[in-house]
Amino acid sequence: MSISVESFSPLQQGLKAEGINRPSTTLWQDAWRRFRKNPLAMGGLTVLALIILFALFGPFFSQFDYKTNNLMATNQYPNWIHPFGTDELGRDILTRSMFGARISLLIGFGSVAINLTIGIFYGGISGYKGSWLDNFMQRIVDIIFSIPDLLYVILLMVTFGPGLRNIFIVLGLVNWVPMARIVRGQILTLREQEFVLAARTLGADTKRILIKHLLPNSIGQIIIVAALQIPAAIFMEAFLSFIGLGVQAPMVSLGSMASDGRMNIPSYPYSLIFPAAMIALLMLAFNFVGDGLRDAFDPKMRK
Amino acid sequence: MKNEVILEVENLVKHFPLEEGIFSRHHKKVHAVNGISFQLHQGETLGLVGESGCGKSTAGRTIIRLYEPTSGIVKYQGKNILSYNAKEMLAVRRDIQMIFQDPYASLNPRMTVGDIIGEALDIHHLARGQKRTDRIYELLETVGLNPEHANRFPHEFSGGQRQRIGIARSLSVNPKLIICDEPISALDVSIQAQIVNMLEELQEKLGLTYLFIAHDLSMVKHISHRIAVMYLGRIVELTDSFTLYEKPLHPYTQALLSAIPIPDPDIEAARQRQVLKGNVPSPIDPPSGCYFRTRCPKAQEVCALSTPELIEQGNNHWVACHCI
Repeated sequence: MSISVESFSPLQQGLKAEGINRPSTTLWQDAWRRFRKNPLAMGGLTVLALIILFALFGPFFSQFDYKTNNLMATNQYPNWIHPFGTDELGRDILTRSMFGARISLLIGFGSVAINLTIGIFYGGISGYKGSWLDNFMQRIVDIIFSIPDLLYVILLMVTFGPGLRNIFIVLGLVNWVPMARIVRGQILTLREQEFVLAARTLGADTKRILIKHLLPNSIGQIIIVAALQIPAAIFMEAFLSFIGLGVQAPMVSLGSMASDGRMNIPSYPYSLIFPAAMIALLMLAFNFVGDGLRDAFDPKMRK
Repeated sequence: MKNEVILEVENLVKHFPLEEGIFSRHHKKVHAVNGISFQLHQGETLGLVGESGCGKSTAGRTIIRLYEPTSGIVKYQGKNILSYNAKEMLAVRRDIQMIFQDPYASLNPRMTVGDIIGEALDIHHLARGQKRTDRIYELLETVGLNPEHANRFPHEFSGGQRQRIGIARSLSVNPKLIICDEPISALDVSIQAQIVNMLEELQEKLGLTYLFIAHDLSMVKHISHRIAVMYLGRIVELTDSFTLYEKPLHPYTQALLSAIPIPDPDIEAARQRQVLKGNVPSPIDPPSGCYFRTRCPKAQEVCALSTPELIEQGNNHWVACHCI
């Protein structure tokens, strides 16, 4: 078989052979695209959004507040005026749940903000500087890590005394440790990458390398850890309030409500069920979102 | 070729300590670079070849102080840059740049191409605003890329394009000397030729000096004026590329050259290959005397006793061997 030369014609000159047609996507767009496809994570996100709305704006629509006693309406079962019922001092449990959820969310996000700051700073320096400094800093981390969290938290809470501010401080002091480890691990693997060497060759200083090169490449891992630390912090607060070391009356949290309700389980089970269900819902929603974020930022880690 | 020496390396040594624990007191180390010396002339290309793990890349990285050397001197334009502090070194970094091996690992995946190339402009305060943008476009065009791609991310490019981005980045500071750390070994053959030709054009246009690290002998022959052959962290032979290929003196160089395949099946079938026995000794515990003696077909008693110096065997042909 022979093919005549005429059947070939030169490619039109000036065509952009090196053109890229695919639209440019960033890390965030890719992650969001994968996140959206995950029904559990999207469900978690929806529930979470509802709880946040419930906690932030719910109190404006309620005729009750969380601390005024109403001795004419104590221990009411759920009804049309009090959908979640009232407690032994006649306070509306629905309104109290809203304020309790506020505290929980505040603790969740606030303590993660604190441990992000400490963890990134500590892990970043430890991982990038390396050698004896890294060795020293990691031994400190090991010591803190070797003490059970619960023991450590209770000890600190007893020392500092109960209260919202102290919960922040204590959770911040505890939770930065895993964050610092993750950040350090990421930085250790990244700092030998050629793009970091290239930046050093160009004369970039430590600050620039950390902020521009190392941290942006660890951000996926950092978000994953942070997202899973939020529910842990919320649970820790609920637990501390439950054993009486958390927020103090008249301030209310889901944990202290559950603690109050515990006494009345036989006669008024709803006073425990509603706050406990709120805690469970929050935890589940955050965990699903956290897992979804992990799959979205790091598809290789799935399964 | 001008004869002005731009870079001079004297007895450069780099050892990496092994298992540095709190309690372990025995100090084993990897002898990556064991006293190499050479000069680099303005406008020339010096090829640095050797098999994997012989310390070529370490040598390149130590010269530009990505690793702090164990001992030795690196003189840039007559001054020892190893004694420079961070601020003085910053000025040197505008003159000596590096192109890296892996085009996938050498670009920050979270930065746009424009920011990758423009980073040095920010560090050295060379250009801002519109001037910075113009400079980035100009650099992209210099390496044959479309300036419209400045806002793209590295993962959207092919290996060859990424290597061009890496080259544009190193050119951004107007360097005089570029250390090319196996810039083509991760690319496929057709792209290799493009990149090598571009490097040659840039050399001509900008008067660049290259230290070209590679393990592909035929490519090195094509681009280099002189070639240094390394074995286990030492230079065993150093001469101009023509002489090296026509009259190699060191047994290791001879073996290396005989391993290059000839693109003609008849000649290939007929010729006698010089095959080395055994493996490269461990750089943790290198042999005494001449490092090559364990595999050398000509090894004698003297080879185990003393280390051969790099001696000139007539007309700029330097060889480190007792048996010549």
